[in-house]
Amino acid sequence: MDYGLLSSILHAVLVASTPLVFAGLGALIQERAGVLNLGIEGLMIVGALAGFATALSGFPLLISIVAAALAGALLASIFALLVLRLYANPVATGLALTLFGLGLSALAGAQYVGQAAPQVDAWNIPVFSHLPIVGHALFSHDPLVYLSISLAILMWWFISKSRAGLILRAIGENHSSAHALGFSVTGIRFLAIITGGALAGIGGSYLTLVQTPLFVEGMTAGRGWIALALVVFASWRPLRVIVGAYLFGSVSIIQLHGQALGVSVASQWLSMLPYLVTIGALVIIAGRGNFSHKAPGSLGVTFRESK
Amino acid sequence: MKKSNLVIGLLVLAAVIAAVVSFEPSETKKTAAISGKVKIGFVYVGPVADAGWTYEHDRGRLAVEAEYGGKVETVFVESVSEGPDAERVIAQMASDGADAVFTTSFGYMNPTIKVAQQFPDVKFEHATGYKRADNVATYSSRFYEGRHVLGLVAGKMTKSNTIGYIASFPIPEVVRGINAAYLAAKSVNPQVKFKVIWVSTWFDPGKEADAAKALIDQGADILMQHTDSAAPMKIAEERGIYAFGQASDQAAYGPNAQLTAIIDDWAPYYVRRVGDLINGTWSSTDTWGGFDTGMVALAPYGKAVPDDVKAMAEEARKAITEGRLHAFTGPVNKQDGSPWLKPGETADDGTLLGMNFYVEGIEGSLP
Repeated sequence: MDYGLLSSILHAVLVASTPLVFAGLGALIQERAGVLNLGIEGLMIVGALAGFATALSGFPLLISIVAAALAGALLASIFALLVLRLYANPVATGLALTLFGLGLSALAGAQYVGQAAPQVDAWNIPVFSHLPIVGHALFSHDPLVYLSISLAILMWWFISKSRAGLILRAIGENHSSAHALGFSVTGIRFLAIITGGALAGIGGSYLTLVQTPLFVEGMTAGRGWIALALVVFASWRPLRVIVGAYLFGSVSIIQLHGQALGVSVASQWLSMLPYLVTIGALVIIAGRGNFSHKAPGSLGVTFRESK
Repeated sequence: MKKSNLVIGLLVLAAVIAAVVSFEPSETKKTAAISGKVKIGFVYVGPVADAGWTYEHDRGRLAVEAEYGGKVETVFVESVSEGPDAERVIAQMASDGADAVFTTSFGYMNPTIKVAQQFPDVKFEHATGYKRADNVATYSSRFYEGRHVLGLVAGKMTKSNTIGYIASFPIPEVVRGINAAYLAAKSVNPQVKFKVIWVSTWFDPGKEADAAKALIDQGADILMQHTDSAAPMKIAEERGIYAFGQASDQAAYGPNAQLTAIIDDWAPYYVRRVGDLINGTWSSTDTWGGFDTGMVALAPYGKAVPDDVKAMAEEARKAITEGRLHAFTGPVNKQDGSPWLKPGETADDGTLLGMNFYVEGIEGSLP
């Protein structure tokens, strides 16, 4: 295989994986606080539309990303209100959020179908972007790719090193104990949901701003669900979300290249491959006790403050 | 918990429910509320704004209104999923007094047949299916005729001699398109190669874009697609290569990239069939129309297409329209080298409708 192609494949893997990194981190921060949010898909597509519409109005990339984050956070706040305040069943509410987000974006986005967003320029990192093979593959990306990696590292530091992260984990592991210690379970979960919604929104906007710079309804095509699976795959650790997303992205891209190179494996098998690899990795992780990390103890359990 | 919180919560819940309910696709939109007219219903699988398949069916509906004005009333329901929902929507239209219902997706076949049995006085028209009844006609288009012209243009214009083809599912419709385009490209450029990627979806813009990038990275300088989104066209524009639009004119996504596009033009068929209905001459038929009926059309050629290529493409289109040229004319061998068409022999419709093999020269195997 020639090196130019290898470099292109690596470049495409990073692009295909980045929405999953953002959305996976968005799901992870909520789950570490004990909130199971199945509405990631809905949050993503609303962010995808908000980011696209903003970019189309001529605003720079940064503003478009902020708009996507705000849209995600706003929709997530509805979820927070229903689940934290009205004690609605989080599974049903999350599913409703996905359906609502898909419908809302289809309605509001109809006017944007057929339009094209301005192209996002790559940030070529000095010196490194001139390296052979890896230069183009790793150091010549749009700013969001670097942001996603930085965010994963930041979240790792936050969850495992900072005091605020410790409180977040305490609430996720056992909300009654955390409450007894005087922490505001509802308040911190609210912040986690808003943050998660914003991250999922940015993940969605990556699709419409960079990967496929156009908007059509339903274009997230199930990536929100993959993000949720990634969190389990990553055993609730931020850096492993990156590993999982890149693994999934690699298999997705390599199967496309394999077909174009004439690898004679049925394409249905190749299409299944990313999912099979993910399931396989999950089984391996689950089987190794010391390597695995259990789910947060209070995940998906409704917290009622006793009077 | 405070009472005010509960009130706010309920208000939000109500708003959410109201919003969700308003997205129910069963809302029938009336476009002309004059009574005593012929009433025609249309059932769409996607949104009218999909810039592709459904958009073109709706243009056909508008053409019917423009043609017959006050004599017809049309109604449509969009985004109807294939299955039980479809049956409910079709039956609702029939019982609301529709004189004819056009069901515009393959998956509506069984629901259409079932509802047709309950409403023997209503005429039904099902697109791309193969089950008919006394009051159910079928219709489809010979898109492969358009693919032939696309193949000629691609074969002439490729510099790398590599055409990238993004395919959805290995059904005869799609396989026929690949074969027709390849044979045409090969006839004008013996060096040409097709790289085919099957994405196993009709619609996933992200995956279609990834496939487009993979094909370009592997040397393709012209893309063809048989999936529903404009993502490959947009990628072609970004990368500075060429592509062909699918189902509809996609020049908006690729003003420099689009060489031409196959347009599914249902208007001539819809206008003719509704005319038959008004005149009382409607009968159950099976229509498979091509360039000759106007059901397959081409978008204007892009700036990049040189005049001689344009002339050649137009000549081919004219020859097909007049019946002088068939996209599948022998000698053609199957991929394994076994003979399929003898010199001068043209393919029969039965073989075309069930096509499940690549022709000789295409690399890779059918999934």
